[in-house]
Amino acid sequence: MARPARAYLSGEESRVVGFAEGLHLRLLQFAPYRGTIALGRRVGITGARFVIAIPYVWLLLFFLTPFLIVLAISFATPTEMVPPFSFTAFADGAINLAEAVGKYLFLFSDSLYVSAYLSSLRIAAISTVLTLLIGYPLAYGIARTSDRWRVPLLMLVILPFWTSFLIRIYAWIGILGETGLLNQVLQGIGLLDRPLSLLGTEWAIFFGIVYAYLPFMVLPLYATLEKMDLSLLEAASDLGARPFRAFLTVTLPLSLPGVLAGCMLVFIPAVGEFVIPDLLGGSETLMIGKVLSDEFFLNRDWPLASAVAVTMLVILVLPIVLFQRLRARQAEGEG
Amino acid sequence: MAIVDPARARRAPEPWNDPAAIPYVRIENVVKRFSDFSAVNDISLNIYRGELFALLGGSGSGKTTLLRMLAGFETPSEGRILIDGVDMAGVPPYDRPVNMMFQSYALFPHMNVEQNIAFGLKQDGLPKPQIAERVGAILDMVQMSQFAKRKPHQLSGGQRQRVALARALVKQPKLLLLDEPLAALDKKLREQTQFELMTIQEKVGITFVMVTHDQEEAMTMASRIAVMDRGEIVQVGTPNEIYEYPNSRFVADFIGSVNMYEGRLVEDESDHVVIDSPALGGTVYVDHGVSAAPGANVWLAIRPEKIKVSRTRPAGTHNITRGKVRDIGYLGDVSNYYVTLQSGETMEATLPNLVRLAEPAVLWDEEVWLSWEAENAIVLTS
Repeated sequence: MARPARAYLSGEESRVVGFAEGLHLRLLQFAPYRGTIALGRRVGITGARFVIAIPYVWLLLFFLTPFLIVLAISFATPTEMVPPFSFTAFADGAINLAEAVGKYLFLFSDSLYVSAYLSSLRIAAISTVLTLLIGYPLAYGIARTSDRWRVPLLMLVILPFWTSFLIRIYAWIGILGETGLLNQVLQGIGLLDRPLSLLGTEWAIFFGIVYAYLPFMVLPLYATLEKMDLSLLEAASDLGARPFRAFLTVTLPLSLPGVLAGCMLVFIPAVGEFVIPDLLGGSETLMIGKVLSDEFFLNRDWPLASAVAVTMLVILVLPIVLFQRLRARQAEGEG
Repeated sequence: MAIVDPARARRAPEPWNDPAAIPYVRIENVVKRFSDFSAVNDISLNIYRGELFALLGGSGSGKTTLLRMLAGFETPSEGRILIDGVDMAGVPPYDRPVNMMFQSYALFPHMNVEQNIAFGLKQDGLPKPQIAERVGAILDMVQMSQFAKRKPHQLSGGQRQRVALARALVKQPKLLLLDEPLAALDKKLREQTQFELMTIQEKVGITFVMVTHDQEEAMTMASRIAVMDRGEIVQVGTPNEIYEYPNSRFVADFIGSVNMYEGRLVEDESDHVVIDSPALGGTVYVDHGVSAAPGANVWLAIRPEKIKVSRTRPAGTHNITRGKVRDIGYLGDVSNYYVTLQSGETMEATLPNLVRLAEPAVLWDEEVWLSWEAENAIVLTS
């Protein structure tokens, strides 16, 4: 069958192309580039797939591989050598199961680890709730303010990131101490006659976590609140709902995805938080991040420390999976 | 809910012509200024009980601002609004006896159809059985009962429109506001929905105020229309009055198509006027008086469907002109003929295509005579 004559300008001449495509068309003149592209096509790699593959390769190299190493070490046996572990449980061709999973059994038999996990979960949960209670009004305020103020206010939320995390946590020692800023102010205005001893208590940890993770709560909340259709609130008001009722029945349920995302972003890292309890919490608060670091650096028991890390990951994967499920259901719901 | 016999309602009296009738909604000298411009400029308007009143205008005419002031989302900078005799100043939207159907419908995405409709009744603290009963009744009326458990995103545009209407109607407001109620529907559905809306309005007997930019929609549905332009009302009247007796060039041009020519008033009697129009190549005889002095500049408006096209010169001395057919727009039911007059101006004439597959009565480049009755020309002074 004869091909129809081209009635219009040929595609190459008339089409307006973007920068990347223009570069691609130009590079096609060179044989090596053409060859690579042809080879890629043959094995099924197109440009789009290549671009998507980059972050996956990155994650594979720098996240999955280290994790697999940690997982392997958790089945090893501690030694006094360098590195401080060996795979004696797998030495003779037969696997010594008791030795391999012994660390895991030990974790659950020693009350130190169980209570450290529970205490971490509890502290993270309370901190998450506190962060939500502070972050929601903040995000709401920013989302509802005039266009002119929104960007500066968001910048202020992100601004602390420009200083080192460690320095900011050290600063809280200065604020929370017995002769610290907070006590001085409270005593100065006559609210207290004796200084509060906050530093070294769980309260100091709450202060630290809420402060450090607030942006992670505010940003997803802001994103959902900002894109909310304001005519829904007008409709609620029109149908007789006072502002607070309208908030409870419309704004709050519609912002739940943001609430959930924010809570996950705060809760998950807070469970494994090490720096804040170490610097602000003192010796009596037990958190799994601190236990983990002690096992690694003080006891040099890498296999046990690895087992602690793997167990923590498993505990945290559960809420993440639930979260993803919920997200998927919502996405389906929004269709 | 007062059920009015639709047949009787269609022959509704015309309260706006009755000086003793008390307006249901009074808009008195209302001005709305935003920081740098005034969206609504000294509007006064009376709307009567049971009307389906349309605010018609282009974008920026202030029609939506006026509607939002009725709903309470905007407060007038000056003037006042009374609904059923009550001054609405300081009454927040949630306390007004007014409900609105939003252009985007604004259905709550996290609630199903039933919950959306029940929302307003719940705010009033009605007992549950009563809520269920009223929601059920209104779902029946808009024929959405089988979709009660669906979420808004599972509905088509037309179904969403019905839910939005049901949600606004279920509280039996004194006034229902509709912001471009049919704009989101496609043409076929729109035409069908127009009549459904009218039937429902007649059934429930609630006063409707509708904002639209679509003149056909306003003409079809409204009892009266207020044509708005740049924050002001240019004309208020029934669809018929607005179309046949526009009071200005703006209204004549905005509603339907019109041929408009400049002229000079040469003879002014109480029962007729004569206008000299160089564009039409002579004098035009109009059989109604106008309020302008002889010698004044006026505009002459003639609707395309009121113009006769013929190959031979029609009888009579007045209101006849000649030209050459430049374009023919075949629309199926009618054809539009664009005739270039000897003055160079264009006259549009619309002729119905009464016979199938007929050769056009008139062809391109043909010399034709155009004529119209003396009663069909409109003289405009502004």
